[in-house]
Amino acid sequence: MTRFLLRLVFLLALPLVLLGLWWLASDDSTNPFWPPLRTILTTFPDVWTAERLRADVLPSILRLSAGYAVAAVVGVAVGTVIGSYRRVRALCEPVLEFLRAIPPPVLIPVIMLFAGIDDTMKITVIASGCVWPILLNTVEGVRAVDPVMAETARSYGITGAARLRNVVLRSASPQIFAGLRQALSIAIILMVISEMFAASNGLGFTIVQFQRGFAIPDMWTGILVLGLLGFVLSVVFQLVERRVLGWYHGLRASARRSP
Amino acid sequence: MRGTNAVLGATGLAVFLALGEAVPRLGLVKEAYFPPVARIAGALGDELSDDTFWTALGDTLTGWALGLAVAVSAGIVVGVLVSVVPYLREATASTIEFLRPIPSVALIPLAVLLYGSELRSVLLLVIYASFWQVLVQVLYGIQDLDPVADETARSYGLGSWARIRYVLWPTALPYVMTGVRLAAAVALILTVTAELVIGAPGLGARIAIAQNSQAVPEMYALIVVTGLLGLVINVGARTVERRALAWHQSVRGEVAV
Amino acid sequence: MGALLDVSGLNKVYEGSGRRVEAVRDLTFGIEAGELVCLVGPSGCGKTTLLKCVGGLLAPTAGQVTLAGRPVSGPPPGMAFVFQEYGRSLFPWMRVGDNVELPLKQKGLSKDRRHELVADALRSVGLADASGAYPWQLSGGMQQRVAIARALAYEPEVLLMDEPFAAVDAQTRADLEDLVRGLWRERGITILFVTHDIDEAVYLGQRVLVLSASPTVVREQLTIDLPDERDQLHTRVAPRFAELRTHVYEQIQAAKRGTPVPGPTDSVEDRAVDKK
Repeated sequence: MTRFLLRLVFLLALPLVLLGLWWLASDDSTNPFWPPLRTILTTFPDVWTAERLRADVLPSILRLSAGYAVAAVVGVAVGTVIGSYRRVRALCEPVLEFLRAIPPPVLIPVIMLFAGIDDTMKITVIASGCVWPILLNTVEGVRAVDPVMAETARSYGITGAARLRNVVLRSASPQIFAGLRQALSIAIILMVISEMFAASNGLGFTIVQFQRGFAIPDMWTGILVLGLLGFVLSVVFQLVERRVLGWYHGLRASARRSP
Repeated sequence: MRGTNAVLGATGLAVFLALGEAVPRLGLVKEAYFPPVARIAGALGDELSDDTFWTALGDTLTGWALGLAVAVSAGIVVGVLVSVVPYLREATASTIEFLRPIPSVALIPLAVLLYGSELRSVLLLVIYASFWQVLVQVLYGIQDLDPVADETARSYGLGSWARIRYVLWPTALPYVMTGVRLAAAVALILTVTAELVIGAPGLGARIAIAQNSQAVPEMYALIVVTGLLGLVINVGARTVERRALAWHQSVRGEVAV
Repeated sequence: MGALLDVSGLNKVYEGSGRRVEAVRDLTFGIEAGELVCLVGPSGCGKTTLLKCVGGLLAPTAGQVTLAGRPVSGPPPGMAFVFQEYGRSLFPWMRVGDNVELPLKQKGLSKDRRHELVADALRSVGLADASGAYPWQLSGGMQQRVAIARALAYEPEVLLMDEPFAAVDAQTRADLEDLVRGLWRERGITILFVTHDIDEAVYLGQRVLVLSASPTVVREQLTIDLPDERDQLHTRVAPRFAELRTHVYEQIQAAKRGTPVPGPTDSVEDRAVDKK
């Protein structure tokens, strides 16, 4: 019981202290850029009504999911092909290294040429940016299948699609998930930026509107919402990963115990 | 083997460029949206002979380098402090886990309000984003410290400072290098993004201007420049990492990106 | 008399980066159905190369391997492999039962038949309750049992084992040796067992093939005329055991020194030991 309480204390202590300091430091602030924390918190429910959540937050999340899903499918599919054949990999490597080094937001003006300013543009921007970590990590994961495991599969006649499904992709999944996690943070960044650039609704759009209209406390609530979104998505991702990669965590734990 | 790989790679690049030339010319995409590679190369040449381009490049590199330096120093100092002072690690864990995933772009409106389109808004974003990359890696690295090595050092009478220097630092160094590499990439992305969105001076702002004036080949040329810049930074960081860690043979499974 | 597994003139040359290494020069031997044959030789004599060629995982440069009259050109469904590195051969994302079942799915067997085979195999290696565990939750010896069960469930004609007990501790090794002999006697499977442990080869085998140093040929074929009922305690102190193992040991030392192979080797020529 005491251990549980102690963990709870550690969990909440610093955040509460920081929040308290923020509250006190900003309480009688007259600086327009740093409104009192109290004001921000009271403005919160006024700004983020159910109506706004539906009209702005929901479209953002949908675009994010669509872009992320496209990137995941394309990244894993292409990455598997490239990783499976040495020649293909050598062929593609310089081009991929260059393409992936381009900071994704820089492509927004180009994508806007092709896709205008509607949802397709935003989904394309998100997908084009977060496909890289997924693709490259899939290539690495597929390439690094343990040779003993590969020979075992071959000796039992496990080839083709069955081999891909049961051996290669499963063996590469820890690496692929690392790529998926990186892609998630990039996806959020691109979602916000693409909406700041050209949109008629969405989180990024809303926050910029507040800033332009000098509705500072509202802007701060928007920042808080973005922060919450990032945090929630990260937690959800970790939960999914723990389920899918349960075997991997178990394997590593047992390896650490008895090297 | 290496020879064939290089040849294949060069072939891949050549095919890519050839497609870039052929596809617009054949009308598969509108030339207005995607000019042929030759035209982009021409625009690149024009840029390189333009003084304002070099100023912009310098601005971007300044923002990147400065932001990265501050982020790396802060990340290392905070990381070491949190790990060495008792209980601080457990106390800060929840805060770090909460603040880490907050996208730095959330701070763009704040940066605009505070600093407008000066260098300082760029630095705000770059430092915030890169700091976490370095911090997390430093924490991993110090956590990896072998207690047996530390005990041995202590039994030979090494004081705290000596232990940090001879035991802690070499253990953490590979992780710190990884953190610097990741932070360098993130710093570039955020520098250019800040310039693009806020209009701070640099390559990103130049791209925005090209977009506004419908100068499409110039836009592509500048994108190529940022890509090359990113490439140089990635390769450079990996080379530095390899050299600095030539003595360290184990590969700590880090992600590919 | 047609042997079940026939290896004739097996030759394997590795070419790469300007060097040409003849790992296996000329291997000729045969294995009858139901035999337990051990292959032993000095380190680096290409035992693993040989086994992989026999199993169809490596293509030989020359010579042929025939299984029940059919030439082997890729891993045939009639052979099952047990590797030395059990930790890297069992799939860590699947439970033990699924690991054993996977190759059977490739064979296209019905679900009921698969479950029957899996349960039977796990029972015969003494792991009937471990079906739901993950491989990394088990000890090294138990993991190798799972690998053996997987091979058994596959119902192969020939079982190929590549130094399977080199990576476990001595006591576990003794248990596993007895397990293999027990399974062999019970089920009458044909086993080709490669090892560097001379005692193990003599303890387990009906016949021992001693290999020369690289480039490898069969140096000698030895019939182990120990009684069929063997156990770790008594057999290993039997005088005949000592004689046989001493002879094999001397052969291997001679092989390492490079002294010429004694007399011609013929595929079905079994020579009983008469010296010393």
